[in-house]
Amino acid sequence: MAQVTLQVFRGDANGGEFVDYTVEVDEGQVVLDVVHTVQATQAADLAVRWNCKAGKCGSCSAEVNGKPLLMCMTRMSTLDVSQPISIAPIKTFPLIRDLVTDVSFNYEAASQIPAFAPCAPNADDGTYRMMQQDVERGQEFRKCIECFLCQNVCHVIRDHPENKPNFLGPRQFVHLAELEMHPLDTADRTEFIRKTGGIAYCNITKCCTEVCPESIHITDNAIIPLKERIADKYYDPFRWIFSKLTGRD
Amino acid sequence: MAEIQTHEYDVIVVGAGGAGLRAAIEASAMGARTALVCKSLLGKAHTVMAEGGIAAAMGNVYSEDNWQVHFRDTMRGGKMLGNWRMAQIHAQESPDRVHELEAWGALFDRTQDGRIQQRAFGGHRYDRLAHVGDRTGLEMIRTLQQHAVHKGIDVYMECTISRLLKDGDRISGAVGYWRESGEYVAFKAKAVVLATGGTGKAFRINSNSWEYTGDGHSLAYWAGAELIDMEFIQFHPTGMVWPPSVRGILVTEGVRGEGGILTNSDGKRFMFEYISDYFRAETAETEEEADRWYGDKLNNRRTPDLLPRDEVARAIVAEVKAGRGSPHGGVFLDIASRHPADYIKRALPSMYHQFKQLADIDITAAPMEVGPTMHYTMGGVRVEPDTGAATVPGIFAAGECAGGMHGANRLGGNSLSDLVVFGRRAGIGAAEYALGLGSQPVLAEADVNAVTSELEACFGNDGGENPYAIQSDLQDAMHMLVGIIRTGAEIEEALGKIAELKARAMKAGATGGKAYNPSWHLAMDLRSLLTVAEASARAAGERTESRGGHTRNDYQETDPEWGKWNLSLSQAADGSMKLEKTPLAEMPAELATLFEEAK
Ligand SMILES: Cc1cc2nc3c(=O)[nH]c(=O)nc-3n(C[C@H](O)[C@H](O)[C@H](O)COP(=O)(O)OP(=O)(O)OC[C@H]3O[C@@H](n4cnc5c(N)ncnc54)[C@H](O)[C@@H]3O)c2cc1C
Ligand code: SF4
Ligand code: SF4
Ligand code: FES
Repeated sequence: MAQVTLQVFRGDANGGEFVDYTVEVDEGQVVLDVVHTVQATQAADLAVRWNCKAGKCGSCSAEVNGKPLLMCMTRMSTLDVSQPISIAPIKTFPLIRDLVTDVSFNYEAASQIPAFAPCAPNADDGTYRMMQQDVERGQEFRKCIECFLCQNVCHVIRDHPENKPNFLGPRQFVHLAELEMHPLDTADRTEFIRKTGGIAYCNITKCCTEVCPESIHITDNAIIPLKERIADKYYDPFRWIFSKLTGRD
Repeated sequence: MAEIQTHEYDVIVVGAGGAGLRAAIEASAMGARTALVCKSLLGKAHTVMAEGGIAAAMGNVYSEDNWQVHFRDTMRGGKMLGNWRMAQIHAQESPDRVHELEAWGALFDRTQDGRIQQRAFGGHRYDRLAHVGDRTGLEMIRTLQQHAVHKGIDVYMECTISRLLKDGDRISGAVGYWRESGEYVAFKAKAVVLATGGTGKAFRINSNSWEYTGDGHSLAYWAGAELIDMEFIQFHPTGMVWPPSVRGILVTEGVRGEGGILTNSDGKRFMFEYISDYFRAETAETEEEADRWYGDKLNNRRTPDLLPRDEVARAIVAEVKAGRGSPHGGVFLDIASRHPADYIKRALPSMYHQFKQLADIDITAAPMEVGPTMHYTMGGVRVEPDTGAATVPGIFAAGECAGGMHGANRLGGNSLSDLVVFGRRAGIGAAEYALGLGSQPVLAEADVNAVTSELEACFGNDGGENPYAIQSDLQDAMHMLVGIIRTGAEIEEALGKIAELKARAMKAGATGGKAYNPSWHLAMDLRSLLTVAEASARAAGERTESRGGHTRNDYQETDPEWGKWNLSLSQAADGSMKLEKTPLAEMPAELATLFEEAK
C-alpha cells in the first residue's frame, strides 16, 4: 500500500479548481479505483462517468497528468506516485461537472450520417455470404468503443471549437469508413464526407490514432482511404465507379 | 414545487441495452410513439460488455443443429425449471434475429464458406454461438444503436426512472430525474417496457457495471407485478481473481470454447472429477475424448470444462476449499499450452488485452487465475411468454430483468439471443397494448409529486449515512450469506442485515447539489438494490433443495418435488414481501418427448 495525492478537477461550467485528495493505493489498482476511493471516503458527490471498468464501454475518458486515456485501463503502477497526479475532464467538450463532460456533439454527429443501406441477400436461403477477409477491414473500425478520446485530441476542434459545426471528427470518420467499406453497403457517402464531414480540415497529424485505446489505425486505415475516395471521385470518376462496383481500389 | 417537465408517449422503454433497443425499434416500427430512456449514455449499457457470442441454432458449423436441440440444451441447462414456451420461442426465433442483426450491419466472424461462424460454449450440444472475436456485445449494441438512431426514436440518456405510476390498475407513466441536472421528469405512457438488466451490484465480487441495481425488477414490484425465480443467481466460474482491484471482471467462457482447460495446483484437469450424474451421458470421460471433441463434436462428448456454469463454479469452490487452488484463491485456466500465440490473440483479443493491461499476464504464455464471480440474475419480472406482458396491465419486460426463460441456470450465449428475441416481442406486445388502449391513462399530479418529494428527501439527510458504506455492507452480506453456497441459517442472518440496511438507507444522505451527484444517485439506487437483495434472500430461504444457481449446503440434493414449482414474490398490501409457490407451466407432450429421445 502506498499513499498518493490526487489533484482532481472539481467544478462546473462556471469554473472550478484542482482539489488535493490523499488516498491509499492497493495492489493492481487503476486510476478509476482510486477516484472511486476518493468518492466513497472523501468527496461523495465527485462526478465521474464509468460503466464496465474493463475497457469495453468507453465511458471513463479523462486527462491524467495531461494525457488523454481510459481511467479504468490505466494502472497506478504506470504512474509516478511520488508526485501528485492530476486528473482532469477531457477538454474538447463542454464541462458538466468535475470529470463529466457533455459529449452530445458526438451523438448529434452520428445521427447525421447516412444509414447503412444493405444490398439484397446474396444467398439462396435469403441470407448473406461474406468472406472473413472481406469483413476484417470493417471489423477493425467496429472495435470502436466511443470513448471519444480521438475527438478530444483532434486539434481541429480542440483548439478551434468554431470548427465543430463543420467537422464530424475522427470517430465519425471511422464510422464512415466502416460503412463505406462494408461488403453489403450500397450507399455513396462521398459527398457527405466531403461537405458535412469536413474531412479536408484533417491534416493527418495522427494524434487521434495515438490515443485510441482500441488501437484502430484511424488515420492510415480510415481517414486516408476516405480522402482518396473523395479525390478519386472528384478527379477520376471512372476509377471511383470501378472501385464502388467491384469493392477494389 | 416547480412545474415538472412532462412528455407523452404510447410506449416508453426503460433501458437501452440489447433488449431495450430491440423493443424500441419494434414498438416504433409498429407506429407507437416511442421513447427510450437509459441511466447511462447510449451505447454504454451492459450489453456492450458481452464477449463470447449469441446462441442461435443456425447449423452453420454442424448442420445437425436445430431449434429442438437448442431448446433441449436450454431446458436441461436450466435444470428443467425454465418456462418451456419461452425456451421454445427463443430457440425457434434466435436464428432470424441474428440474421436480422447482419442485415442491419453487424459483421460477424465467418466460416470458410462465408456463413456466420459459430463457436462452442458451455452446455450447448453443437457449436452455436455467433460471435465477433470476444466483443460480440459491442457489435450487437452498436448495430442496434445505429439502427435505432435512424428510426427517429426519442432517446433520453442519463435519465433514471425512479417509479412507475398507475391509473387504477393499469400503467399511466413513470417519473424519474435527469442525472446531469438533477431535475425531475415525468412520462405519460400507456405502456412501459422494462429492460434494465440485472442485480449484480448487490454482491461484492461481480462482473457487472454500476447500473445493475435491479431497478426494473423493483419498478415492477413496487407497481404490483410479480417477480419469479429470484433465488437463482449465476456465478460465472471464471472471473479474474488477481490483482484485488480487478477481482470479478469476467473471463469469457469463449476461452474454454476455444480449447482452454481448467487445472488445479497439481496441474490436474480436475473437472473430470465433478461430472454429475445429470450430465454424465453427454460428457467426455477422458482427456483424450475431451480433446477430440473440439474437432469432432458428432463422435465425441463435450469436455467437462464446458459443463453448465453452476456445475463448474461449484467445482472450483470445492478445489480451492480442498487446498488445490491457485496462489490467489482461484484455479488455473490455461489456453497458452493449447494454441499458438497468434491464434489466441486473434480469437480472444480483448482477453489478451485485459490480462496484459490489468494483471501483467501474457495469456499466450502463462495460465490465468480465475474464480467465480456474480454474473447474471436468472430471476426477474414474471412475463407472458409470447408478449412479455407482466402481471400488471401496461408493464412489459424483456432481457435480463425478465424471469422464466433461463430457469435455474442460464447457458452462455443465451442472453444475447434472449435480448433480441424477447426485446422484439415485448416491443410488439407493448405497442399492440398501447395502440389498443385508446385514450391516455391519467398521470395524477399528486402521485408525481409524491415521488419527487421522496427523491428530494435524501437532501434533507445531509450529514446522514454515507450511501457508499451502505452499499458496501450490503455487498459483503450478500456475498457471505446468500452467495454461491448458502444455508438456511445464513439466509436468515442476511434477511436481518437487509432489514437493518433498509433502515440505514432511508437515512442515507446526499451531499452537495443536485447536478450530476453520484451520492444522490446511489442513495436512490439503494432502494432497488435492497429490494432485489431481499427478494433473492427470501426465495433462497424458501427453496429447500439445490438446483442450478441455487446451492444449499443444508439441502444438497435436487428434489423432484421442487422441480414443479417456481417461487413468486409480490408486494403485500402492508408493504411486506409476499412469497408464493406457483406451479411450473406444463410442457406439451410433443416437446416432452425430446427429452426421452435424447441419450
Ligand atoms: C462481462 C459480461 C460478458 C457477457 N457475455 C455474454 C455473452 O457472451 N453472451 C451472452 O449471451 N450474454 C453475455 N453476458 C450477459 C449479457 O451481456 C447481459 O445479460 C445482457 O447484455 C443484458 O442486456 P439487457 O438488455 O437486459 O440490459 P443491459 O444491456 O444491461 O441494459 C440495461 C439498460 O437499462 C438502463 N437502466 C437500468 N436502470 C434504469 C433506470 N432506473 N432508469 C433508466 N434506465 C435504466 C441502463 O442504463 C441500460 O441502458 C455477459 C455479461 C457480462 C457482464
Ligand atoms: S489525423 Fe486528422 S482527425 Fe486525427 S487528430 Fe489529426 S487532424 Fe484530427
Ligand atoms: S476510434 Fe478509438 S479513440 Fe476514437 S472513439 Fe473509437 S475507440 Fe475511442
Ligand atoms: S469504465 Fe468502461 S471503458 Fe472505462
